[in-house]
Amino acid sequence: MRRLRFHPCGNYRETYEEELAIFETDFGRLSTLVGLILLFAVVPFISDAYILYIINTIGIFAIAAIGLNLLIGYTGQISLGHGAFFGVGAYAGAILSTKAGLPFIIAVPAAGFITAIVGVIFGSPSIRLKHLYLCIATLASQFILEYIFVQWESMTGGAMGISIPAASLFGIDLGSDRNFFYVIFFCFSILTWMAVNITRTRYGRAFIAIRDNDQAAEGMGIPIFLYKLLAFAISSFYAGFAGALFAFYMISITPEPFGIWLSIEYIAMIIIGGLGSIPGSVFGTLFIITLSEVLSHTTQYLMNISASIGAATTIAPLREFIYGLAIILFIIFEPKGLAEVWRIVRSSFRLWPFSY
Amino acid sequence: MEFFLQLTINGLSLGFLYALAALGFVMIFKSSSVLNFAHGALMAIGAFLFLVLSTWANLPIWLAFLLTLIGSFSLGFIIERFFLRPLIGEALIEVIMLTLGLFIMIKGLLLFIFGGDLYSYRKFLPPALTFHWGGIEVAGVYVAAFIIGLIFLAQFGFFFKYSSQGIYMRSVADNQPAAMALGVHVRRVFALSWAIAALVAAMSGIVLGIINGINVHEVSDIGLKVFPVVILGGLDSIGGAILGGIIIGLLETFTGGYLSSGLREVIPYIALIIILLVKPYGLFGLVEIERV
Repeated sequence: MRRLRFHPCGNYRETYEEELAIFETDFGRLSTLVGLILLFAVVPFISDAYILYIINTIGIFAIAAIGLNLLIGYTGQISLGHGAFFGVGAYAGAILSTKAGLPFIIAVPAAGFITAIVGVIFGSPSIRLKHLYLCIATLASQFILEYIFVQWESMTGGAMGISIPAASLFGIDLGSDRNFFYVIFFCFSILTWMAVNITRTRYGRAFIAIRDNDQAAEGMGIPIFLYKLLAFAISSFYAGFAGALFAFYMISITPEPFGIWLSIEYIAMIIIGGLGSIPGSVFGTLFIITLSEVLSHTTQYLMNISASIGAATTIAPLREFIYGLAIILFIIFEPKGLAEVWRIVRSSFRLWPFSY
Repeated sequence: MEFFLQLTINGLSLGFLYALAALGFVMIFKSSSVLNFAHGALMAIGAFLFLVLSTWANLPIWLAFLLTLIGSFSLGFIIERFFLRPLIGEALIEVIMLTLGLFIMIKGLLLFIFGGDLYSYRKFLPPALTFHWGGIEVAGVYVAAFIIGLIFLAQFGFFFKYSSQGIYMRSVADNQPAAMALGVHVRRVFALSWAIAALVAAMSGIVLGIINGINVHEVSDIGLKVFPVVILGGLDSIGGAILGGIIIGLLETFTGGYLSSGLREVIPYIALIIILLVKPYGLFGLVEIERV
């Protein structure tokens, strides 16, 4: 048995394998294992229905946020249409299960693949465009997809939306929050693991090269157009997968939640979490969803005190204000996001009391 | 024929609104290469400031107008100083996201103060401005919007072409380090361009408010309609913004009149994608050539 690895007091890496290792030390591996055990064996049993609902939502949104981070944080292609791609996944999942009668286990990945195709179509302007032009093109795709959700009534049910029968997996009914929790977080763990590994393969390195300097990347022989499209495909697959889970979890979907606001929310998640960091996407999702739940609870709490109903209705827009403020403060004061805060906190523990 | 003419007139006036909104946007882009998502929010601030001063505080119109312009000018300075300056030299996504954050923040604040109601200014335009031609009537507000638009076009054209500040702005947009090396005060240029852009935004917000009445959602969402306009015209071209605005306005009313009203909202974005694929730098934009 090899010796346990601890934090070295310098950079003593000698091979590329060490450089690319996911876990620097065996403690990292251990704490991930403990975290997973806690997540699957303890969390669903100690939280009540409402908390579980929030945790499930965080899981679903975190999958899509990881996808967006692969696109924006790693490949540097800004997409303002991620909310709509999430919607495409939701509709694809719903239509596949109601119209085509596919079971849950096939419908969700299939929705992911359909969204990947849609993502490639709407990502194809990246053949000529970059930076802000691409960003505007994806903004347009957001509006066009929204229009399709509302207008293609024979498929999407228009403004009324679609209701989906309760999903079941291997004969187990997924109607309850706790059962769905296991599905969501199983997918979440697998997809996170995949994302972490994508970033350290040839593909991930090509993505990072394109982000850092696309001309140099092309000069080094990376077919940048193919890789940009691949990034769009992977990112949309994540969005679509999460969207389909969302549709099955919510049981009925309407075009309303998939607007430009959702796209902004996704970008806020990865900015606040940390661009180019997979754990960052999860932190960002946690932060944004917790913030919005806390804010809506404050509003509700004020509503219940009869004297302040007037104040409560005017306070509702303050939610947006605080949202915007949080985004701005993070960009100005901690542009690397919560992932960086987490790293600083961790290393200050590790270095204590001999920090320099 | 009557229907066609009426649609044309409607399209032209809508297009002028877009053009007016796009002017301030182009202004910021031309001088600092920042894609300003908060433009609609700046318009809304101007419109509401004018509402408070002219209709609620009952000041004389010229004074209210002047105070609004001064207010938005200083607001532009403040926004640049506190929010944009720390980000000079940062990645594009962060700047874009910051303006998006500003947009959400200002919109939330305005909703908090004014709510989602529709307000209107007290009437102050002289009735002589109404324009008759055959059976077609053009309301006075549109004529006023047209005149304001023309004045601005001429002013900005001269400003960028001949004034030293305008030339500084263009140089900064073109190549920031080179401009710095030649002694251009880059930070002052940024501050000034944000101030002027906020001022133009306030103007277009007021014109929009006179025509449609002011509502936080409506005014601030025009800020997103600006994108097809500026892409069609070319991101850094003022003449292009005007022409693009008119084309998009006509496109919208004709689609609404002849095809379907649902398509009307989305047709500018479809046009946007097509333009981006065919001619990404728009009609009059500066073509950046890149070779590997």
